[in-house]
Amino acid sequence: MESKRELLTLLLSNAREDTADLARQIGLSESDVESMVADLESEGIVRGYQAVVDWNRFTDEHVEAEVELNVELDRETGYEEIARRIAKFPEVASLRLVSGDYDFALDVEGESMHDVSNFVAEQIAPIPEVTQTVTHFVMETYKERGIEFDDHDEDDRLSVSP
Amino acid sequence: MNPADRVERVPPSGIRRFFELAEERDDIISLGVGEPDFSAPWSARTAAIDALERGKTSYTANRGRHDLREAITDHVRRYDLEYDPDTEILVTAGASEAIDVAMRALVNPGDSVAVPQPSYISYVPGVTFAGGEPLPVPTSADDEFVLTRKALETAGAADAKVLVLCYPNNPTGATMTRDELAVVADFVRENDLFVLSDEIYAALTYDGDHTSIATLPGMRERTIVFNGFSKAYAMTGLRLGYALGPEVAINAMNRIHQYSMLSAPVTAQYAALDALRNCADEVAEMRDEYNRRRRFVLSRFDEMGLDCFDASGAFYAFPACDGDDEAFAENLLREQGVAIVPGSVFGEGGEGHLRVSYATGMADLREAMSRIETFITER
Repeated sequence: MESKRELLTLLLSNAREDTADLARQIGLSESDVESMVADLESEGIVRGYQAVVDWNRFTDEHVEAEVELNVELDRETGYEEIARRIAKFPEVASLRLVSGDYDFALDVEGESMHDVSNFVAEQIAPIPEVTQTVTHFVMETYKERGIEFDDHDEDDRLSVSP
Repeated sequence: MNPADRVERVPPSGIRRFFELAEERDDIISLGVGEPDFSAPWSARTAAIDALERGKTSYTANRGRHDLREAITDHVRRYDLEYDPDTEILVTAGASEAIDVAMRALVNPGDSVAVPQPSYISYVPGVTFAGGEPLPVPTSADDEFVLTRKALETAGAADAKVLVLCYPNNPTGATMTRDELAVVADFVRENDLFVLSDEIYAALTYDGDHTSIATLPGMRERTIVFNGFSKAYAMTGLRLGYALGPEVAINAMNRIHQYSMLSAPVTAQYAALDALRNCADEVAEMRDEYNRRRRFVLSRFDEMGLDCFDASGAFYAFPACDGDDEAFAENLLREQGVAIVPGSVFGEGGEGHLRVSYATGMADLREAMSRIETFITER
């Protein structure tokens, strides 16, 4: 259990770390690490591996928005059914049921503000159970999945010190 | 102007030469750094900012703010240490100041102070500045750099007044178990020595728990324990440490401290108070990260065939380099751009070894170890 937690910590910080280095840090053999990774994947604990991308540095044609969604349930339709329907859209990067003033929080991605607005207006808002949408366009990303997007990471320690 | 003789007796630090060599180029990866690569926990930093914003810029009580001393009392109970915040704790400008003041408070001209080596580079000069006579007690790789009774006897430490301890150790990364400390404690009591125990790396103990020598029978009254915020809380530049000891010793130290330093920096005291109250999780995270790097580094040295004992504390590995450690470190720096510190800089017993700090990120650490491997292969 402890080794698995350790492995997850390392994968979260750098999923591309090679197996040999993972094994050295955890203090296990490479084959043990390989089988632990396989277990974590088959158990559905590790769901995938993705890069954390600072899109602003790559292209102007990338827009993200956080969308708040209120829904009204009936006897036949629960959160699960609505979520399953919304999650299928490729524009929806993440979807969560949350507590508070609204029900679902969506991250929506598109190539322009028009794209995102259209998607929300034409695909999400018309869903019968949806009663309200509030769209917040992302102006700037400073931190994502634990990684800060600034450049102030220079090491100003002395190169040799006691 | 002629500096005082005791200053002239202390040669320039051997670490200085490697610092200057490393500074000659800007493409090096440094494993020569004796401080964390993390920043202090954000909560402690905001406490310092808040104190400044509220205009808390004055002196404090000589011994340090009372609430901080109380928090220290609570904190050190995790090591089974019990000290009175009113009389047995002194807050200082880094553990370094505490050690310096303790030397001056305890050592009379000509008194012998036993310093196990290899050791942190400030102990021996500290003894000299206090007017004492440093007595090196070499430890060896054969004993995994643990201080033994035999080493103490061979060096003639029975005649010393004071014994300095540092564990987990800078530069070796070695620490001492309760049983190993009990052997030293027996020797100390039998020969009526006083112990200055630098335990600043206590929170960075990876295998087992840290034991303070002051918790052993008959040792509390003859020991001053040093600790601080530099290593565990990544607060090196804030300069805050403390000493725990019998009232008579702390009073003597405070007599010097009140004239030389007046009080430790107040901003740092606020940061330290917050660190003790709120930053245990951050310390645990940093320790876990160091531990992963430690396993990585020891495993890589093993693969390279560099003999390295299980350095189980601090953030240093101390492998043997089979030959002239200064030449090894200098050539490694020139040929591969990796800065490490030769073991001989840290005194007798350090020769033929290298201090390798793993207080650097994994990407640099991985690259540095590859370069060391290339250097060894091409030698």
